[in-house]
Amino acid sequence: MKNNNQLEELIVAGFGGQGVLSLGMTLAYAGMLENKEISWMPSYGPEMRGGTANCITIISANKISSPIISLFDSAIVLNQPSMDKFAPRVKPGGILLYESGTILKPSTRTDIEMIGIPATTEALKMKNTKVMNMIILGAYLQLRPVVSNESILEALQKVLPEKYHHLLPINRQALERGEAMVVELKVQPVS
Amino acid sequence: MAEFKLMKGNEAMAEAAILAGCDAYFGYPITPQSEVLEYLAREMPKHNRIVMQAESEVASINMVYGAAGAGFRTMTSSSSPGISLMQEGISYIAGAELPCLIVNVNRAGPGLGTIQPGQGDYFQSVKGGGHGDYKMIVLAPASVQEMADFVYLGFDLADKYRNPVLLLSDGAIGQMMEKVEFKPYTRPVVDKSTWATTGKPKSRNRNYITSLFIQPERMEVHNLKLEEKFKQIRENEVRFEEINTTDADYLFVAYGLSARICQKAMDIAREKGINIGLLRPITLYPYPYQRLQELASQVKMMLSVELNSGQMVEDVRLGVNGKVPVEFYGRMGGMMPTPEEIVHHLETLIQYHHVN
Amino acid sequence: MSTEQHILPGPVPVLNLPPCHTEEEYEMVYHKPATMVDTTMHYCPGCAHSLVHKLIMEVVEELDIQEKTVGVAPVGCSVFAYDYMDIDMQEAAHGRACAVATGIKRLMPDKYVFTYQGDGDLAAIGIAETLHAINRGENICIVFMNNAVYGMTSGQMAPTTLPGMHTTTSPDGRDVSYYGAPIKVAELMANLPGAFYVTRQAVNSANAVRRTKKALLNAFKYQPLHKGTCLVEIIGNCPSNWKMTPVEASRFIDEEMVKTFPLGDIKIPGAEDMKIY
Repeated sequence: MKNNNQLEELIVAGFGGQGVLSLGMTLAYAGMLENKEISWMPSYGPEMRGGTANCITIISANKISSPIISLFDSAIVLNQPSMDKFAPRVKPGGILLYESGTILKPSTRTDIEMIGIPATTEALKMKNTKVMNMIILGAYLQLRPVVSNESILEALQKVLPEKYHHLLPINRQALERGEAMVVELKVQPVS
Repeated sequence: MAEFKLMKGNEAMAEAAILAGCDAYFGYPITPQSEVLEYLAREMPKHNRIVMQAESEVASINMVYGAAGAGFRTMTSSSSPGISLMQEGISYIAGAELPCLIVNVNRAGPGLGTIQPGQGDYFQSVKGGGHGDYKMIVLAPASVQEMADFVYLGFDLADKYRNPVLLLSDGAIGQMMEKVEFKPYTRPVVDKSTWATTGKPKSRNRNYITSLFIQPERMEVHNLKLEEKFKQIRENEVRFEEINTTDADYLFVAYGLSARICQKAMDIAREKGINIGLLRPITLYPYPYQRLQELASQVKMMLSVELNSGQMVEDVRLGVNGKVPVEFYGRMGGMMPTPEEIVHHLETLIQYHHVN
Repeated sequence: MSTEQHILPGPVPVLNLPPCHTEEEYEMVYHKPATMVDTTMHYCPGCAHSLVHKLIMEVVEELDIQEKTVGVAPVGCSVFAYDYMDIDMQEAAHGRACAVATGIKRLMPDKYVFTYQGDGDLAAIGIAETLHAINRGENICIVFMNNAVYGMTSGQMAPTTLPGMHTTTSPDGRDVSYYGAPIKVAELMANLPGAFYVTRQAVNSANAVRRTKKALLNAFKYQPLHKGTCLVEIIGNCPSNWKMTPVEASRFIDEEMVKTFPLGDIKIPGAEDMKIY
C-alpha cells in the first residue's frame, strides 16, 4: 500500500436514496475541518432520481489536482451495478467495502482488500434504514482512518439540516456500529 | 485563520455575487446550474436585493440589460443552450457598453446535448457568439475557490471597461464541492451617473442606452471606440497560471476542468520522466498569446487538452505561430479524459514527433 | 385616383397678409412640452408616432416627473424615440422592451417606467415578454402602437393586420385560414390578473387625441399605486404603408380598424382598487 494518509481517493457508489452522496460529503466536510484539502465530485442529473449515484471524494494533505479520476484507493459500493463497475478500478492493494446484503456477487479480485458488511440488516435492527450509510462510513473509517471520529461527528452536525439534529445520536450509534462490525471481522486498518 | 466553507461551485459563485454587492440576478432554470437561481432566490431577499426567475433566458438577459442600463450591478447565469438564447442580448449589452456578469456553466452539445460537463462553448465565448464586432472578457475558473473569486473580479472588470464579462465554467466545477474562503472585498468606486438611466434631472442632458448608430460614419466611430477598449483589455488583463514550466520540454495547455485533469496527468508523466509543464489560461479573452510564443522557443511540443472537438487549440496555434507542433486531445459528449488516458496520448505523440 | 397625386406637392401659395397684431399682443395658449427635444422628427407625414410621443411628454411635463421617468424604446419605427423625448431612455432589442422595463422598474420601484412598442415588437416577437411582464403585474406603463403593419421594414404583415388587408407579405390580403386572425392584444392582456388598467384608443381625430391623452395620464398616475400593469393600446395611422393619404388613413381607422379593434376601456380599476388613491 503506497498511501500513508497523505492522499485518499475514494469512490462511493450505489442507488439514489442510499445516502451515497451525503456519505461522501460528510467525509469531505470532516476533512475540511481538519484543514485538509478536499474535493467532492458527484454524479448529477437524471441518474440521481432513483437510478445509480456516485461521488468521488478526495482528501489530501496537498493541493488536489484532478477532482475526476478513474482509479481509486478505496471504493464503497452499495449495489451490484456499482460493484461491477468500480471493483476493477480499485488500485491494487486498495480497499473495496461493500454492502453484503445487497450485493450477492462481489468481485473475485484477490489483489485488493474486500470487506462486506450487512449494513442494511444492521440499520433495520436500529429501526432506521436511513443510517445504513453511516454504518458503512463507520466501517470505512475503521479501515481507513483518514479523518478522526470527532471531525465526522462535527461534520454531521454541519451537513445535517438543523431540523434533523434530533437524529444526530442515532447517526453516532450507526458510526460506532460500523466500526465495531469491522473490529469483529478482525480486519486490520490499512494505512 | 481563514474560514472555509464546503460548497458547490455554483453555490460559491452565488454567495460571492451577494458579497460582491450584486443588486439583481435574473435567471431561468437549466441543469447543471439551477442551484444558482435556487440559492439566490433564498438568499437575495434577505439582503433586499432583486432576484427573478424570468420566463426565458431571452427575457433574463434583457432584464439584465435594463437593470445594468440603470446603473446597477447585475448578473445572470445559465448553461449552454440558455447562453445560446442570450447571444442577441449579449451583443446589445456589448454594443450599448453595459457592465454585467454572465455565467455559463458549460454542458456538452450541440443541441440539447447532455447535462454533463463540456467545453464546447469556447468559440461562442471568445470569438463572438452574438452578431457584430464585440468581445467579452472571459474568465475560466478551475476550482470552487475561483468560482467565487472570479465573481468579484468579473464585476470589477465589467465596471472598469463598461463591458460584459463572461465566467465560463462547466458542469463539473459547478457541481463539485471544495472548500472555499470568501476573501474580504472592497468594491471600487465607479461613477455611472454620466450614462445610467436613473431619470433626468434639469441639471444634466438626458442619458440614453443604445447600440443603434444608423449612420455608417457614426457606427464606425463607435466600432473604433469599442476596438480601442478591447485593445486596452488585451494589453492589461491577460491572466494565466503556469505550473512546472521552468524545466519543461513539453507543455499542456488547458483551462478549467481539463486543466485540473492535466495537472494529475502532469504528475504521472513527470514520475515517468517526461518533463511536462502546464499553462492554464485564466482569461480566455484576452488570450495569453505572448506567453505561448515565449514558451514555444523553450518546449518541443504543446498539447491542448479540451472537452470539445478542438477549439482553444486554434488559439494556441495562433500564439505559437508554427514554431513547434501543437497537438490536440479532447473528449466530447460529457465524457472526460482520465489522466492516464492523456499521458498515454502524450507518450504516443512524443514518440511520433521524435521519429519525424 | 392614384395616391401619387396626393403626395406630389402642389404650388405653394404665397400669402402676403399684413400683420394684424404685434408679438406682445399674442397670448400663449398652447406650446410644445418642454420635455420634447427641439428637433425635426424622421416620421412620415400623418404618422401617429410623433403625436403620441408628444402626448406622453405632455403627461411627463404635467405630472412633473421628468426626473423620475425612464422610457424604453423598441425596434421599429419608434426606435429613435429617445431622440425626441427629453428623458432618460433605453433602446431595447426587438420585442424585449417589457423585459428591459422589468429590469429597470424592479431596481427603481419609485420611478415611472414605460415602454413604447409597435405591433411587430410587442405582439409578434415580444409577446412572451409582454405577457409575462403583465402577468407579474410589473408596475410599468406599456404604450402599444397598433398600426397593423411593420412600419420600419416597409409594410409587412403584422400579427394585428386586418383580415383581407394587403401588405407586402400578404399581397393578396391577409388570409385568416393561413395566418390566423389579428391578435387583439388589449383584450388578451386584460384577462391577466396583473393587468390593472387596459384601454384602446386612437389619435385620428381631435376627440380621439384628447381621450388618448387622458388614458396616458391615467396610466402614468396609476404607477405609484403599485397595483399592476397599465396597457394603453393606440390605433396608429400609417399612411405610408397603408398607401393612403393622412386623411384617408384617419378615415380608415374609423371605418375599418375599429371593427376589429373597438375603441374604449377594456379593464378599469374598480372603486376598491382606487381607494388608496
